[in-house]
Amino acid sequence: MAIEVRIPTILRDYTGGAKTVEADGATLSELVDHLESAHPGLKDRLVENGSLRRFVNVYLNDEDVRFLGGLGTELADGDSVTVLPAVAGG
Amino acid sequence: MLSISRAVLDAVIAHARADHPDEACGIIAGPLHSDEPQRHVPMVNAERSPTFYRFEPSEQLAVWREMDDNDERPVVIYHSHTATEPYPSRTDVSLASDPDAHYLLVSTRDPDNDEVRSYRIVAGEVSEEEVRVV
Repeated sequence: MAIEVRIPTILRDYTGGAKTVEADGATLSELVDHLESAHPGLKDRLVENGSLRRFVNVYLNDEDVRFLGGLGTELADGDSVTVLPAVAGG
Repeated sequence: MLSISRAVLDAVIAHARADHPDEACGIIAGPLHSDEPQRHVPMVNAERSPTFYRFEPSEQLAVWREMDDNDERPVVIYHSHTATEPYPSRTDVSLASDPDAHYLLVSTRDPDNDEVRSYRIVAGEVSEEEVRVV
C-alpha cells in the first residue's frame, strides 16, 4: 500500500527535508510506526501516551482524523495523510 | 522588522475589535520567497475564548492548501489579547510552531488605543521587532 504523507516544515528535519514521504499501514497507528522506522524521532512529535498529540492536526484526505478513528483510522491504498501543527495560543 | 501596509494592518485591527471580547486570530499570506504580508485571512477561533485561540483544524487545512496553490506562506500569524498587553504569553511561546512567521499581537484592552506589536518566536525565544507601516 502506498500512502502519501505530507510533512510540515517544522518536521522536515526528520525526513531529510522532504515535504512528502511515502509510507504504509492499514491504520494510522501502523502508518506512524512505519514512518518512525524510516524517520526516527518522528513518532514522538505526533503521538503521546498512545494518542495523537493535542496540538498536531492529522488529516486523511480532507478530514480531520479526530472525527474518524484517531490513531485507529483505517487507511486505503492511494490515501493522502497531511500533518499540520496546530496554530494556537493564549 | 515587519513591513505592512496601512490597509492590511487596519483590517487586522478591525477583526480584533469585531471579535472582542474573544481573541481574534488569522494570518496574512504573502509570496513564498518574500517577506511581504499581502493577503489578509481572518480565521475562526475554534476556542471562542477571551484567553485562548486555536485555528479551527478544517479551516486551517483549507487555508494552508490555498497558500500552497498560490505559492504563498503565512508571513504573519496574528491574534489578539483582550485584557492584557500585546506580548506573547507563555502559551503563545510554547505553541509557536512556525520559525519563519512574524507573530503579530493586537491588544483590544483599551477601546480608544490600538496596540500592535510584532515578534519572532524561534525555539522558545521571543524577539520583538519593529512594525513599519508602509
